[in-house]
Amino acid sequence: MKDIFDFNIGIKKNLLYLFLGGLILSLIGVYQVINSGHGHEESTEIVNAYISDDGHSEFHWYKRVYSNLWINIVYFLGISISAIFFVAIQYVSQSGWSAGILRVPLAIGRWLLPGSVLMLIIFAITNHDIFHWTHEYLYDESDPRYDYVIDGKKAYLNLPFFLGRMVFFLGIWYLFYALILKHVAKEDKLGGTGSWKKLFTISTVFVVIYAFTQSVAAWDWVLSIDTHWFSTMFGWYVFASWWVSALALITYMIITLRDNGYLAFVNHSVIHDLGKYVFAFSVFWTYIWFSQFLLIYYANIPEETIYYVERLDSDFYYPFFLVNLILNFFFPFLFLMTRASKRFTRFLKVACPVILFGHFIDFYLMVTPGVLKDNGGFGFLEIGVLMVFLSAFLYVTLNGLTKLPLVAKNHPMLDESLHHDI
Amino acid sequence: MDDKGVKFVIGIYEDEDVLLDAISSVRDKGINIYEVYSPFPVHGIESRLGYKRSRLSIAAFCFGFLGTCLALTMMIGMTTIDWPMIIGGKDFLPLPVFIPVTFEMTVLLSAFGMVGTFFVISDLKPWGKPKTFDLRSTDDKHVMAIEIEKNNMSEAALKKLLKSNGASEANSKMMDV
Repeated sequence: MKDIFDFNIGIKKNLLYLFLGGLILSLIGVYQVINSGHGHEESTEIVNAYISDDGHSEFHWYKRVYSNLWINIVYFLGISISAIFFVAIQYVSQSGWSAGILRVPLAIGRWLLPGSVLMLIIFAITNHDIFHWTHEYLYDESDPRYDYVIDGKKAYLNLPFFLGRMVFFLGIWYLFYALILKHVAKEDKLGGTGSWKKLFTISTVFVVIYAFTQSVAAWDWVLSIDTHWFSTMFGWYVFASWWVSALALITYMIITLRDNGYLAFVNHSVIHDLGKYVFAFSVFWTYIWFSQFLLIYYANIPEETIYYVERLDSDFYYPFFLVNLILNFFFPFLFLMTRASKRFTRFLKVACPVILFGHFIDFYLMVTPGVLKDNGGFGFLEIGVLMVFLSAFLYVTLNGLTKLPLVAKNHPMLDESLHHDI
Repeated sequence: MDDKGVKFVIGIYEDEDVLLDAISSVRDKGINIYEVYSPFPVHGIESRLGYKRSRLSIAAFCFGFLGTCLALTMMIGMTTIDWPMIIGGKDFLPLPVFIPVTFEMTVLLSAFGMVGTFFVISDLKPWGKPKTFDLRSTDDKHVMAIEIEKNNMSEAALKKLLKSNGASEANSKMMDV
């Protein structure tokens, strides 16, 4: 049994190819968008004239790049913080079954620090183009573009407070992650149950803090793009999407590591439990998604339905709306329903990447219509930027996997994990 | 004692770990165990007894699917076909509105269907007669029943075997099964 992950040159080479491939696709995509931009703008001239009072509807090619950067940073940062949340709830619930696999979500959490830095940088570049409310003139009553509704949200949506919240959330998440890492490393060195008890306390506090901060982060980073619109389900909706993506990634990584000779002690029951997690939270995501949709559909209030009108009445976004539902609900629901499909890795090896891509589409659909309106597109640029981010994310994750042994040999409940049987 | 029926040898076990080992060693000798009764669920007993996986989940799926179909048929039949009505400015066929009821009916029928199926297949139907080989299996003892005629071993040999595998008692009893 190999104890330490070997991040060899072959894997690094593949990641480099993924990165370069993504970069090339992105450049082709940018080239395409610049060239097709003029025709596009003409066709939407009427729409632009109609809403040009807002002054935020002119389309430039870089807006589409920014929108992609923001989708990817939110998506991958969410996966990494959800992986840390996974570790925390295993300690809070004092779970034994997962004791042997916790090093994988811990490694996924390594993206949190570089991701946070990247997020701040990307926000600094893209703020006006993604977040309409960052424009000064909206709050100036003498300006013709003054917006009464947004002015009413000024106490919450203003740049210093927003940035303060962002830094505070990212900082406090990282603080807890660093604490968890510290005690995990200590446990490896010293053994005993002291670290495990400390981790229980840390995780409990973290879970409570995360429950509040995650919701607010979802409002800030995703909901505030559609500034006029609001939804009380949104925090959970984003949480569900992040969480199920993280679970799918954890499951996929564990299966892949197992196929490559690591984590040989992970038996079918542990895989089964992970599969149940993926299945159950796919349904949970649907529940939240549908609860948000049904209330707005049924009440039929224009201020609220605008969000779905943008998506359902658009020839471009409507297929994504259906694809989102098919990939994230119908597919996992029917495909992972039987016991065998959750116990044998060949089913999960198909389902997990599909779900991960499905939730990327989910975030695409949350961000793009609000930022680009009718100028949205899905082509080389979207795939390219996703590949660039994925390669960076995987590099950090796999590099993190080498920093600690793959087995928590001093975890007090490791034995239960090895003999897990359901 | 009842004189009708078939003759069984009954082993009484005090401890579930002893019972599990006993099941394995009895089955290794090629002896067919009729059934094991225990006062509480014993982890891993099904695999020791060589039971196949229950097909209850298939029944659950079928009943659930029936619930989905019934709910949709009812609602579409009523508000779309039989007496089309506009409610809240929606179409005659407002599918999203139907989803909650469909979901509830699916869950309801799959749960009821599963419980009903379970009662029937495990002889818990109201008119069924429970088979209790030894009353103490409802209290604190595990009971292993072996049908003598199905095995080519004498009653005395079976009793001896059970005793040697940790049974605290080995009795015989006629049961109408």
